[in-house]
Amino acid sequence: MANYSTNEFKPGLKVMLDGDPCAILENEYVKPGKGQAFNRVKVRNLKNGRVNERTFKSGDSLEGADVMDREMEYLYADGEFWHFMATDGSFEQVGADEKAVADTKNWLKEQVIYQVTLYNGAPIAVTPPNFVELEVVETDPGVRGDTSGGGTKPAKLVTGAVVKVPLFINVGDTLKVDTRTNDYVGRA
Amino acid sequence: MHDWQPTASIDNLRRRAGIINQIRRFFAERDVLEVETPALSGAAVSDPHLFPFITDLVPEGGGPTRVLYLHTSPEYPMKRLLAAGSGSIWQQCKVYRNGESGSRHNPEFTMLEWYRVGFDHHQLMEEVDQLVRSVLGCTPARRVTYADLFRDLLVTDIHGCDTSELARLGRERCGFTGELDRDGWLNLLFSHLIEPQLIEPTMVYAFPASQAALARIVGSDDRVPSAARFELFINGMELANGYFELTDAMEQARRFETDQQLRAALNRPVLPVDEHLVHALHSGLPECAGVALGVDRLVMLAMGARSIDEVIAFPITRA
Repeated sequence: MANYSTNEFKPGLKVMLDGDPCAILENEYVKPGKGQAFNRVKVRNLKNGRVNERTFKSGDSLEGADVMDREMEYLYADGEFWHFMATDGSFEQVGADEKAVADTKNWLKEQVIYQVTLYNGAPIAVTPPNFVELEVVETDPGVRGDTSGGGTKPAKLVTGAVVKVPLFINVGDTLKVDTRTNDYVGRA
Repeated sequence: MHDWQPTASIDNLRRRAGIINQIRRFFAERDVLEVETPALSGAAVSDPHLFPFITDLVPEGGGPTRVLYLHTSPEYPMKRLLAAGSGSIWQQCKVYRNGESGSRHNPEFTMLEWYRVGFDHHQLMEEVDQLVRSVLGCTPARRVTYADLFRDLLVTDIHGCDTSELARLGRERCGFTGELDRDGWLNLLFSHLIEPQLIEPTMVYAFPASQAALARIVGSDDRVPSAARFELFINGMELANGYFELTDAMEQARRFETDQQLRAALNRPVLPVDEHLVHALHSGLPECAGVALGVDRLVMLAMGARSIDEVIAFPITRA
């Protein structure tokens, strides 16, 4: 892979840091009145999602990471891997392990398209769309006529995720949920 | 999307023009002479961490060309004017520093530089404070030595601790993994951990003697000899850098030599030093203090701007 110098650390660039692929989030040029210039960089480790702050001398460089984000459709789980298929017509399939799928497990629905992050060709992260529609499988019976809001109750979705919903929601309803906040948005 | 439009609003540019008028009045009231010095110079700045733009003078009609450097500050020729008997002088001009880009940096920026004959750095700090207060309406700057700031904010005695202790702090608290020299570590710690905390106007003085640049070394400001240099910080940003000026020509020549060696050690091009300045110092620079202030940053502070692009019409990306 190519090397990138601090000046090329734009948000979104994927580089190798301490042996792990990382995405640059922010890059601030810091130059004291007299002396060495630095770049203060915020990076996300793409394997564990952790965000770190690091400082480099201006002009230092890092190796680029062979990381690619692909739009892929979720197919099925086999107990060990979650399988996705490329949507670009290649029908290429990959199996993501539990570590890669992580919390996105709560939002996986067949035929929905996810962003799968591939590192050296293997999935390391799966990002859900901002909103998914999932069916309620378990909740207290709905309170008829109460559509005005007011109270909330927990509802378990088909994926196992639990979200807070208004009292009028029933088992069998399909809900639109914001995957970034876990918030109920509305009935689909 | 076309990039022909200015990044600063016309209203911001109007307010900027107002501040520049205020600066002009400030010096007129004090009878300081406005001067202009060349932006193109046959010599370059010696500071190993500054990179000049380099161009060629090509005589029309042929003959040898001459390499010229766009000035990174008007310091050297202004000192030549002082040595020639100008008395106190000021200048506002564009200066050029290759490669510097960021939310507080543009490779071409506006500098206000002035020299006060008969002033020391404490008197000049007072005058810088007056100018800044007249523009920003802020409180008087607190004055604190470099060593006291390290003691108060990082619990570090910079006179007593060795370089490995500074390196440990830099690695732990700034996420830095490379190698630096002692001043490099100090600069890292200062810029990452101290500067962001200097929100109220703060004049930092008595810098380590190794960071003197063109300031004289004095024994009176700190318990060890220190550089008679000061910097003003407001809102976590460096605004001005001043010196009780070095007048010793021999010492100046030695510092140029040290800078040149450092440049070579850093594998940076060794550029011609300004012999005119050394000669001017030999002929006699009057006792004086001088300061450079970033006008764009002053305007940023006046407007509460987060980026330099908000106060200059066309930053380098649209130049």
